[in-house]
Amino acid sequence: MILSFETWHITVFSLSVGLASTLLILPFGIAMAWLFARKEWPLKSVVETIVLLPLVMPPVSTGLILLKIFGRRSPFGQWLYDRGVEIVFNWKGVLIAMAVMSFPLLVRSVRTSFSEVNPRFEQIAATLGASSLRIFFVITIPLAYKGIIAGALLAFSRALGEFGATILLAGNIPGKTQTLSLAIYSFVQLGKDSAAYTLLGITVALAFLFVWCSEWLLRSAKKT
Amino acid sequence: MRRNSIVAILAAVFLTGFVEVARTDEILVAAAASLSDVLKELSAAYQSKSKNTVNFNFGPSSTLARQIQEGAPADVFFSADLVQMDALEKNGRLEPGTRKNLLSNQLVMVVPSDSELAIASPKDLLKPEVKRIALAEPPVPVGAYTKAYLGAEGLWDKIQPKVVSVQDVRATLASVESGNVEAGFVYKTDAAVSKKVKIVYEVPTDKGPKIVYPVAIVKESKRKDTARAFFNYVQTPASKELFKKYGFVVLD
Repeated sequence: MILSFETWHITVFSLSVGLASTLLILPFGIAMAWLFARKEWPLKSVVETIVLLPLVMPPVSTGLILLKIFGRRSPFGQWLYDRGVEIVFNWKGVLIAMAVMSFPLLVRSVRTSFSEVNPRFEQIAATLGASSLRIFFVITIPLAYKGIIAGALLAFSRALGEFGATILLAGNIPGKTQTLSLAIYSFVQLGKDSAAYTLLGITVALAFLFVWCSEWLLRSAKKT
Repeated sequence: MRRNSIVAILAAVFLTGFVEVARTDEILVAAAASLSDVLKELSAAYQSKSKNTVNFNFGPSSTLARQIQEGAPADVFFSADLVQMDALEKNGRLEPGTRKNLLSNQLVMVVPSDSELAIASPKDLLKPEVKRIALAEPPVPVGAYTKAYLGAEGLWDKIQPKVVSVQDVRATLASVESGNVEAGFVYKTDAAVSKKVKIVYEVPTDKGPKIVYPVAIVKESKRKDTARAFFNYVQTPASKELFKKYGFVVLD
């Protein structure tokens, strides 16, 4: 199948920003998942719930909140604007929408994989005098890495499918902020079904690939 | 060696996602999704004459208005209904004196193109063989316009039990195309896009409700001169011809 330049551009743009978003949230997601899995602290359940909210809230309402935060009308948005940082109607807006929407999935998956690491190994390392930082990088992460990658793949797939928050924060600007999901929406609105089906095919293929890899990693992690 | 070239190709492919062509000035036009096709052709014509680049943000008028309200960096707003434009004007988000009611559309009644029912006017919708009529649910503008029109014709109360409310114009067309409803009301420009529906009745512009597409320059635009150049261009005779070609009615 020969794809037009426009289709390539949209696909590559979606994949690039999705990848950037996943890399951006990865360190925060791992840190937060570890805090949830291994530590007890005040208001933990409240913070856990807040982190999960974007997973269940209507994406459009998350988008509206983001637009309120980053829009020029808010103090923070104005502060960014004065420094020449534009988020709204920009690829950075796509990045932020994807990051916020996929963060809960990452945290949930990584948290589960941390919980499956036997704390005995960490305790033994501690009795041998290893610092907690060293334990984390030498014991916990290597034992949980399959789950972490699986979570990252899942978050990446979610980022690629993002629609509601993106269209509000970043707009639907062909060649600038138009992702696969936004382009499909546009083509459907215009009655160009065959163009929509092409993008739909790409989306289904990519989503299948990444979710399948994620599941495969999780299954193989369980066996070891 | 081979691995290096693969990496280079991959890097090149990924980077094209961020490449932006350098032109003198760029503006962003927030426009109703139903204007996508005509505005793409119009901007291609404009960019062949001007060094400026026109980018579009296509979406539902209500979303676009919301974004401009929050200070999103749009330069021109092209709305599919008056309500959204009125709200922005009231809040002082439009450049004073630039608002213009540029286009209108016509309400049409469509049936599946293979329909064999004798439906030629809204009165025929009362026939028992017409069981379901698709209509975008008010406050979607096309739904509100249709309801007002059928009300004025004294038909709404009798037709209402047959009405199936759907999400928007696209959903109306889709349900007529599929043959799940016997008829539906959409804009003429939308009906022209679909090959699986046929127009059986055009609501006369003097009898139907006044459908208006206003355009204006956004007050906070940082590139007002460029915005104004495009704003003027959409009002040239050549542009008006183009709008007509796509089925719009140009208001004077």
